[in-house]
Amino acid sequence: MAFNTTRRAMLAGSGAAVALTQAPGAHAQSTGAGGGTPPSSMPVSFTVNGTAAELELDTRVTLLDALREHLELTGTKKGCDHGQCGACTVMVNGTRINSCLSLAVQHQGDEITTIEGLGTPEDLHPMQAAFVKHDGYQCGYCTPGQICSAVATLAEIRAGIPSHVQGDITAAPVFNAAELRERMSGNICRCGAYSNIVEAITEVANSDLGAA
Amino acid sequence: MRPFTYQRVATAAEAAAAVAGNPAAKFLAGGTNLLDLMKLEIERPAHLVDVQDIEGLNAIEQTGDGGLRIGALVSNTALAADERVRRDYGVLTRAIVAGASGQLRNKATTAGNLLQRTRCPYFYDPNLPCNKRNPGSGCAALEGYSRQLAVIGTSDKCIATYPGDMAIALRVLDATVETVQPDGTERTIPFGEFHRLPGDAPEKDNVLAHGELITAVTLPRPIGGEHVYHKVRDRASYAFALVSVAAVIQPDGTGRVAFGGVAHKPWRVEAAEAAMPQGAAAVTAQVFADARPTEHNAFKLPLATRALAGVLAEAKG
Amino acid sequence: MDFNQPAGTNLFDNARVIGKPTPRIDGPLKTTGTAPYAYERHDVAPDAAYGYILGAAIAKGRISAMNVAEARRAPGVVAIVAAPDVAPVGKGMGNVAPLFGGSDVAHYHQAIAVVVAETFEQARAAAALIRVDYDRTPGAFDLARAAPHAGAEEQDDGAGDGGDPQSQQTPKRIGDFADAFAAAPVKVDATYTTPDESHAMIEPHATIAGWDGDKLTLWTSNQMIAWSKSSMAKILGIAEENVRLDSPYIGGGFGSKLFVRADAVCAALAAKEAGRPVKIALQRPLIANNTAHRHATIQRIRLGAGRDGRITAIAHECWSGNLDGQSGEDGTAQTPVLYAGANRLVASRVTHLDLPEGNAMRAPGEAVGHLALEVAMDELAEATGMDPVALRLANEPTGEVPGKPGTRYSERNLTRCLTEGAERFGWARRNARPGAVRDGRWLVGMGVAAGYRGAPTQKSAARVRLEADGLLVVETDMTDIGTGSYTIIAQTAAETMGLPLDRVSVRLGDSAFPAAAGSGGQWGAASSTAGVYAACVALRRKIGEQLGFAADDATFADGRITAGDRSWALTDAGAQVAEDGIAFGDFQKGYDLGTYAGHFAEVAVDAFTGVTRIRRMLAVCDAGRILNPMSARSQVIGAMVMAAGGALMEELVVDTRFGLFVNHDLAGYEVPVHLDIPHQEVVFLDTVDPVSTPLKAKGVGELGICGPGAAIANAIYNATGIRVREYPLTLDKYLDQLPQVA
Repeated sequence: MAFNTTRRAMLAGSGAAVALTQAPGAHAQSTGAGGGTPPSSMPVSFTVNGTAAELELDTRVTLLDALREHLELTGTKKGCDHGQCGACTVMVNGTRINSCLSLAVQHQGDEITTIEGLGTPEDLHPMQAAFVKHDGYQCGYCTPGQICSAVATLAEIRAGIPSHVQGDITAAPVFNAAELRERMSGNICRCGAYSNIVEAITEVANSDLGAA
Repeated sequence: MRPFTYQRVATAAEAAAAVAGNPAAKFLAGGTNLLDLMKLEIERPAHLVDVQDIEGLNAIEQTGDGGLRIGALVSNTALAADERVRRDYGVLTRAIVAGASGQLRNKATTAGNLLQRTRCPYFYDPNLPCNKRNPGSGCAALEGYSRQLAVIGTSDKCIATYPGDMAIALRVLDATVETVQPDGTERTIPFGEFHRLPGDAPEKDNVLAHGELITAVTLPRPIGGEHVYHKVRDRASYAFALVSVAAVIQPDGTGRVAFGGVAHKPWRVEAAEAAMPQGAAAVTAQVFADARPTEHNAFKLPLATRALAGVLAEAKG
Repeated sequence: MDFNQPAGTNLFDNARVIGKPTPRIDGPLKTTGTAPYAYERHDVAPDAAYGYILGAAIAKGRISAMNVAEARRAPGVVAIVAAPDVAPVGKGMGNVAPLFGGSDVAHYHQAIAVVVAETFEQARAAAALIRVDYDRTPGAFDLARAAPHAGAEEQDDGAGDGGDPQSQQTPKRIGDFADAFAAAPVKVDATYTTPDESHAMIEPHATIAGWDGDKLTLWTSNQMIAWSKSSMAKILGIAEENVRLDSPYIGGGFGSKLFVRADAVCAALAAKEAGRPVKIALQRPLIANNTAHRHATIQRIRLGAGRDGRITAIAHECWSGNLDGQSGEDGTAQTPVLYAGANRLVASRVTHLDLPEGNAMRAPGEAVGHLALEVAMDELAEATGMDPVALRLANEPTGEVPGKPGTRYSERNLTRCLTEGAERFGWARRNARPGAVRDGRWLVGMGVAAGYRGAPTQKSAARVRLEADGLLVVETDMTDIGTGSYTIIAQTAAETMGLPLDRVSVRLGDSAFPAAAGSGGQWGAASSTAGVYAACVALRRKIGEQLGFAADDATFADGRITAGDRSWALTDAGAQVAEDGIAFGDFQKGYDLGTYAGHFAEVAVDAFTGVTRIRRMLAVCDAGRILNPMSARSQVIGAMVMAAGGALMEELVVDTRFGLFVNHDLAGYEVPVHLDIPHQEVVFLDTVDPVSTPLKAKGVGELGICGPGAAIANAIYNATGIRVREYPLTLDKYLDQLPQVA
């Protein structure tokens, strides 16, 4: 099949001027309610790392900002605030999610686990210890999200959740490097510690299996 | 993000009525795309109706005719992991797990996934012209950076692509979308009619009325065959498709195929499927006969052919 | 301490702590989320208000009107600082455009207003209520158009495109390139392009600013504390002693946080206006256009060689652009050093562009220079019929640095990197015929590239405090941007003072501490540890004076001091403090201090779709003494990941109509994810470089990004027989050249 270029591709430049004059600036979005709707706040309660939290929050507050700014649990990181990096990963009722793309008020009654709930510097969770041992991080900013995601990933494999790299989608998934890499791909590490992170998770997975 | 009020509802009818009565209201389910867009003020609801508590929308049930009824709130992860889906509708599981990330799939819902909006970069930048975001402002993508954008079914107003994966599989499976309308009545929408082409109203992604709530997606009886979803992207995971192929291929070489990443909706031309035994090029010649690619995305046409050829070769293998 | 001659034998040659794989001492904090990053300092500014920056909606022009009335009335708003109401701030180091102030717009998403409110949500919403009218002016946004001669023909004068004081304005010539190239029996003449790239560190630029009278404190995320302290003073027109920066943890920088950026300036201005501390993190969609990026380049390389592969003529010309028309991306940086050849020409030319400002990103110059030179070498190997490893070995310089007359190599083991790497990687199994290896639907190939990155040194100071209980506290404004500074500094101090690692506490990133080299240019590890060593030597001498022994002849080990037949506990002199730094003498100018690597990659290219996936990567590095093989390895693998991104997917796409980078978030600007990266192997040669520092160490953090991208490109060629010279190497650029499949 030939590469067809359409008329519009050839028009580039001339038509662009039209777009430019119409274009940009905040005016382009000045329709709508403006500042008309007053902020709305609501009570919300959930538990974080086993501790009850009762908050009165602006409805716009994300779970991420509720943790970081209101509960001062800053272990959960804001990297992009748009679900594109995974630094904000926490577990809600045992399932990992991006806390930046969830309103706090959606979590009434939920049980939330953050990096602070896994371990402390004096008493590391096995996954945290494995990251230290394998140097599974550099700047450390994506690290809490990687670790929460890693803990949840192992649980997801155990629960039989399928993945993109599985050969037979009807079979139970197995622990291997490809599975870990695929399942951890929602956690970007710009420092590029991936190779070490997979080694850290593999060590925990193997010891988990050994214990099971 | 504009201020908004927030409400939880217990029934689908209550939800539909709550949104229908307020032009500035929107449904909230997983929120993974809506909140993203609200932060950029691309979406500006003044009221959110959270549907997570509605009973009965979180189940996958057998239908009377041997199909499956998937509740609107079933998460992408739960749907992909369902044993029946994996066994009988493998293309659906494959498509779901090819999309987004584990975290997002845990939160994203079946209905919400159908409603995710385009990833056109001009749609995402409120400073730039975009007819989908700001009708009448122009389309910056037409002569701009359009590598990811649509090659077929476009209009002079919009060349956005529908970005999802799951819907491509649902299209090939002949799913139907069940809704509750604001007046409380239900309707059933064939999947091929659910998403719109941009035409003169690119701001409308689908045929839902304001306040119409998706309650379920229904799959007809399993059709057997080999189920494949092949997604082509620059990075290996956590990326939107350049082109994707959802296919169900029968042992005799006949089958069905739909394409993602090429249009404003999952792209399937049933008439072209008769050519499957003749090979990929014979199919895509018909599927993309009316394509109008740009300079940047013309590669998607040979790519679609080559991706389908790979799928057919592996199905044979 | 002056370092005026190459180091002799010293305690690091019999090290007990330095050189041992050591888990990061800050690891328990980082893995538990308890290491505090800039935006998270509730402890220092519990009453901080939230700032949110509005970026310009045009690329070039003027703000004709800005109406903040509605925003000011919005709930929770405390203050608004509008750029038209403020004179343009001064420029700090590395700032090409003013970071704030005035009505002129120099680039897209330049900060034009900052809104301060009681909450983040209020500040963000109010910022969207500011109405701005602009007068647009046309700009130059297209490098290929702005540098029309790029890649086309030799420009003898090098003029007309401005000049970069940091790179060659005038072509540097040795011998007679033109004649030698014309006469060469084998020639390569190819032009390569590399796109604009984004640092895309995961922690956004973030600052909490607070004023105490005239004194400003910035809890911020910054790689270069001393530079940025003086820059901040200059930017705001205040006395340098009134500025303090504190940056103990930095969530990635890669050059993006070398200089003060809009978050710090806007937070400082807004905090002044609001009368209370203000915290700002740049929102992700703003970062690509508001801050700096790696410049796009067009590079032409000509290689003339004999049939034996020996290069007789080598020319590398690079074109890039920037707002100031001066500071560009010098892709030629490695070319004078890497290979022999009597007749040479290098030139780096910079043109004016109105895109957001270009600036340093990890290994500025070399990172993209290798993408051209090391592919051209692969093309020369093809043209001569030689193995690419053998070709490089045949062009190993002897004697002086061929492109820098009068300069010697301090230490260079590139041939070992290549030969030992080839052995380890199984290079002999490579099929030299492109497109010949098939694994199912995959075309498989191997590639190699050499790597070079300069190893500059910078003066660096520290203070060491021995407490009465024997704990040693090291204080320096050095930063740890993921590089492992905390740990190597602790190792250095432990080694020098004869203490176990856990008796050393390291405090970094505070401008109240002695000024260190900072984290940039891969000089940080070598320089800052040398500075800490100097401070420790001063402390040893001070203790020696107190206790009456000659410290330089004493042995400090296991918490004790031994001098002759006498012995003391380290703490016998009580609490002591010493401060010193290292200064590097001019003798280093006679040397090219460099690091070298042999990079190897194996890739698979889908014969159907053209998708490329990396199967294996290896780097063999020659970088002096490796202070901590564990964190050094992490630096190298991380750089290899970034190199893979640059080769295969990373590109800030320029919309030349609007003058901006369109894909300005982490969904649009794709960087590698876990699944893109296989297990990576790194080998460090056991080399030391006495010319570099007393520890005989050099950096590795940028070496790792110099070469792997070219190795990947060469592997794609080996897999497919298709040579693409336009990065990133995405499938749309070669799909039509793949084998017929349908």
